[in-house]
Amino acid sequence: MESPAEKKQIRKVIFASSVGTLIEWYDFYIFGSLAPIIASQFFPKTNPTAALLSTLATFAAGFIVRPFGALVFGRLGDKVGRKYTFLLTLILMGGSTFAIGLIPGYEKIGFVAPLLVLLLRLIQGLALGGEYGGAATYVAEHSPDSKRGFYTSWIQTTATLGLLLSLGIILITRQSMAPNSVDSIRIFEDWGWRIPFWFSVVLVGMSIYIRLKMHESPVFSKLKAEGKTSINPIKESLMHRGNLKMVLLALFGATMGQGVVWYTGQFYAQTFLENVCKVDFSQTRTIMIWAIIFATPLFIFFGNLSDKVGRKWIIMSGLLLAVVLYRPIYHQMINLTSTTETLVDPSLTKIERVITPVSGKGYGLQTTSTLQTFTNGIIEKKVHMDTLLNDGSEKPQVTEKVSKQLPTDRYWMMIGLIFIQILFVTMSYGPIAAFLVEIFPTKIRYTSMSLPYHLGNGVFGGLTPFIAVLLGTMYTGDLLVGLWYPIIVACLCLVIGSIYLSNVVDKNIND
Amino acid sequence: MNSFKRFMGLIWMVVGVVVYIILLKTAIAQVSVKPMVDTIIQWSIFVIIFLPITIGFLIFGWLAFKGAYDKLPISSEEIEG
Repeated sequence: MESPAEKKQIRKVIFASSVGTLIEWYDFYIFGSLAPIIASQFFPKTNPTAALLSTLATFAAGFIVRPFGALVFGRLGDKVGRKYTFLLTLILMGGSTFAIGLIPGYEKIGFVAPLLVLLLRLIQGLALGGEYGGAATYVAEHSPDSKRGFYTSWIQTTATLGLLLSLGIILITRQSMAPNSVDSIRIFEDWGWRIPFWFSVVLVGMSIYIRLKMHESPVFSKLKAEGKTSINPIKESLMHRGNLKMVLLALFGATMGQGVVWYTGQFYAQTFLENVCKVDFSQTRTIMIWAIIFATPLFIFFGNLSDKVGRKWIIMSGLLLAVVLYRPIYHQMINLTSTTETLVDPSLTKIERVITPVSGKGYGLQTTSTLQTFTNGIIEKKVHMDTLLNDGSEKPQVTEKVSKQLPTDRYWMMIGLIFIQILFVTMSYGPIAAFLVEIFPTKIRYTSMSLPYHLGNGVFGGLTPFIAVLLGTMYTGDLLVGLWYPIIVACLCLVIGSIYLSNVVDKNIND
Repeated sequence: MNSFKRFMGLIWMVVGVVVYIILLKTAIAQVSVKPMVDTIIQWSIFVIIFLPITIGFLIFGWLAFKGAYDKLPISSEEIEG
């Protein structure tokens, strides 16, 4: 039984660790959520070198750098200590996020702008690679043996809450830059997008203050006092056969599948809503926000449950459900937003045409906005832009943008479908910190658990939206083709985990 | 069960090699269809990053085949032993 003083202490530890980790995820995700605006400010598509830097910034920091961060900061955490290492990752993450918000655009300083963004994004990726393992280890090493799953599950909520915070801050900022929404969006896309980056410095400052007051993990302090810390944690993690086999098992039997489930439920779902279902910007984000709010307590539920029934089968059940239900869920998402077999209500159709002359050119731009209300309640807005009065010397440019507003009943059904996907996330992700902590020895725990975590989440998971979209462009006949990547990876992981993992909870992590 | 675990080790090694060959073939096909900087960078990153992971998967299969996962360690001494 824990005494009230012990309970108070562990709550402090959880709060200090979770707030910092949440802020790191927030910092990491605002870049992703604002990627189109950042691309237009720093990476003009007309310039191939800038476009190349954009690809590198997106890919490199997202999944290549994270495992390196795991190794670099994991090594530091196993040698110097957990507390100072994850304090350092927090400062690096917060500093680089704030700095991204200060960089002048490509039009003002040319190539220096995208180069600086790339550099800072790489630092973000490295810092994130070092943060999670430290926070999870720190909390686990403070937790009583019988409640490790429950206490570490608070850390597991932070990635989702970081995403929620980033979506919320972006949405609020985007809508409050001016009294009317058109001006507000224009100002946001001009410079207002920088505010969420600047806001990070406030959060990071608070978190550093809280973390500075914390003590080193008691398990690590004891190890250090006895002079038993590892001399070379990376070598011991990867070159020692007994430990390497556990790193590989953790990756292929757990984190690989958990990573794709995480990124499908919370990132690909958002991309799919916006690009395939054509749900409008604000509604897509509020759907995600509601689903996340409803599902987040389940991280704690499954973390707690894993203390009682073991970690393995909860994680495997999450993977199994995802493998079986992804295609029906996404099929239903298409059905909910479909207007193909529905009639238009002609009395509610509005067409607006605006012609904007282009100075110095022999033509103007014609923008036609059509607002149609379908009998199933969906409101579809089509904005068609083309050239007018073309003198024959210019190639006509035509663009069409479609966005849909869902009626209340379909909106809540969509929230339900996203909620189910995040439920799979909570099952596979809720107990994973405790699971990873328990399979590695204290002296190389930070390094050993961070590596499979960031390979699973950074590489396999982080790739999910890219590969899914890529598959969609390669095989255009099937709107759900992108789902084969997470389904196959999760299925492979499910088979490996079911065969090789143990459901026995290792109570003693002090060795 | 241990014989099954070992047998599956062989399967993992075959799966690792086959999947990587498919990835390489797809990358070459995609780059030849669209030989632009973005495509080349994108597929090069896939090919490079999945090479060490495939090697890791082959080692995992080999270890499983040799019986390393017949009994999982329950303490750090067993891992280090």
